[in-house]
Amino acid sequence: MNLVMALLTGTLFAVAIYLLLRRSLVYTLLGLSVLSHAANLVIFTAGGLTRATPPIVLAGETAPPTPHADPLPQALILTAIVISFGVLAFMMALINRVFKTSNTDDTDDLTITDIEPAFEPEATPTSEHQH
Amino acid sequence: MLLLPALPIIIPLAAAILGVLTWRIKRASFLIALIGSLAHMAAAAALLLETLAHGHGVLHVGGWTGPVGISIVADPFGATLALMASWSGLAAIIYSRKSVDAARQHRFYFPLISILLAGVSGAFLTGDLFNLYVWFEVLLMSSFVLLSLGGAQRQLQGAFKYVTLNLISSALFLISAGLIYGYVGTLNMADLAVRIANAPESIHTPLLIVGALLIFAFSIKAALFPLSFWLPASYHTPPLAISGLFAGLLTKVGVFAILRTTTLIFQGELWLTNTLLVIASITMLVGVLGAASQYEFRRVLVFHSISQVGYMVLGVAIGTPEALAAALLFIVHHNIVKTNLFFITGLVERVRGSTDLHATGIRGLYATSPALSILFLVTSMALAGIPPLSGFVAKLAIIKAGFEAQAWLPVAAALLTSIVTLYSMIKLWSEGFLRSPERPGQEHHTHHDLHAPAKVNPYPKLPLSMVAPCVVLTLAAVAIGIFAGPIMLICNRAGEVAFDRAAYVKAVLGSESAELLRDANNINTDQETSSHDVPFSLPASEPAPSTPEPTP
Repeated sequence: MNLVMALLTGTLFAVAIYLLLRRSLVYTLLGLSVLSHAANLVIFTAGGLTRATPPIVLAGETAPPTPHADPLPQALILTAIVISFGVLAFMMALINRVFKTSNTDDTDDLTITDIEPAFEPEATPTSEHQH
Repeated sequence: MLLLPALPIIIPLAAAILGVLTWRIKRASFLIALIGSLAHMAAAAALLLETLAHGHGVLHVGGWTGPVGISIVADPFGATLALMASWSGLAAIIYSRKSVDAARQHRFYFPLISILLAGVSGAFLTGDLFNLYVWFEVLLMSSFVLLSLGGAQRQLQGAFKYVTLNLISSALFLISAGLIYGYVGTLNMADLAVRIANAPESIHTPLLIVGALLIFAFSIKAALFPLSFWLPASYHTPPLAISGLFAGLLTKVGVFAILRTTTLIFQGELWLTNTLLVIASITMLVGVLGAASQYEFRRVLVFHSISQVGYMVLGVAIGTPEALAAALLFIVHHNIVKTNLFFITGLVERVRGSTDLHATGIRGLYATSPALSILFLVTSMALAGIPPLSGFVAKLAIIKAGFEAQAWLPVAAALLTSIVTLYSMIKLWSEGFLRSPERPGQEHHTHHDLHAPAKVNPYPKLPLSMVAPCVVLTLAAVAIGIFAGPIMLICNRAGEVAFDRAAYVKAVLGSESAELLRDANNINTDQETSSHDVPFSLPASEPAPSTPEPTP
């Protein structure tokens, strides 16, 4: 089971990195989404994969039955899923606006932040500032 | 007071909620944010005094004592930074009132700043690794919105880069937190310190690799050199109130997280700190060279932000109590000065309509606005480190700690960086302020239409709410330089407490765990003296003086 999970997370990381390296806004979003899934699976696997009973204290007992599954990694993943859901929703809105204002899906064209604000890109005198 | 360590988190959060609820009422969200940040400041100051007097302030949330529950742990270092967050927030809120347009203010602008402050304070005060992740996400989320609020093309493109890089960083942080939990079975920082110190030799190296991954994730947030490119691509795009707040506050959260990692969780791991020493030196140099090549106020300032982070991380990487104290002083100094420089840039923009040195309209500010020019000169000299201003004391403390740790190369890099910093600020001063506007420059004639002079109003009316924060912050920069002695006392105390992780563990988990940590420390220092050839060590740098010298 550990081997399967390792291969799965490895594949997800590979997919995420491939998508993030593409120059498209949408692929970046998908890459981040896959990356967060991969991270969650890492936590899940690192927390210990055991076939065990849920950590619920039965009636009349004072401690959960042993062995029991560690609930903490699941709680962490739940938190991380909620956070990444919110963040990716924001990201989706953001790339929508980026696409609408910049009219491009190519991240290589998002260069306006590198240009000094007082100039329009086409009006920049090339010879003057780069000597 | 039991709740005191959590108050700097609760108050801005409450202010944000109230601000959202009253968003229809004119001015209400501004007043609530203002009052909230004043209360935030009072709570953080009280917390600082409390921690200075009685050591760590610990709150076990929900009554679950550590390591099971989440602990809020305030030490003088974190409390000072929480206080710093509150005054940054206050300055930004006041400055925003007249400088940020009504459309933005109507879209939950002030509640977002309050949430940002809550997230930053939470990151400074938490004692739990996963809780730190959550606070990071809180502050990132509101910074995402503040960065893109307004929806200009520049802002959106900058925000896209900022969001993408920070999400990757968060994912890496999450992975390393999960892996650490897998190895040692805890996320409480104090418990992590104990368990990692007592970890069996077989998982020592994997733990260090996870520690390096953790620091990698924090380095993205702190904008250390090879991971810093999101900062000059995004911080200069929003309104200057936001730029100032972000540049003064957000990278410090990353630096503080690195400090907790290297001084608390992985103390004495030389190859982590030595790698950081190299990275900090390169960060200083590369950042300041970037600044020297720019001709626009904001872009000069954002590149400086990178280079100054190098100084802070240098202090953290040297890691002696004196160096940590110096890092704290530098963080506080840089927060004040950098925020102020962005705010003053906003005033320059008000007066001249541009902040680009190529635009002819900006020249000769000294002739028309001498008071504004003095503010800029004092603050930029404080950034460069001219005595008797704050930067001088802060850099002196860092360099002194570097000398004592015999980290010669990083100290040389720091001194060189200072000179280039001075050059780039002098460039802004002489071109933007001193150079006479009438002098016929070449481009003045040849490209007259391209560099159309912005409308020059020799006697502009600057709103008091924009001028007052600049004046107060400038005075603060001067005051830190003049009253360096008493301030250094607080910093030294904070540095000692931050270095003494046994005290931290004792405050959170009790004295038994602290004893466990002490025993493990003794064994480890014995081992380190025998196996001292760490792969990434700088030839010139030596470990903390507490470690005995290796016998040749």
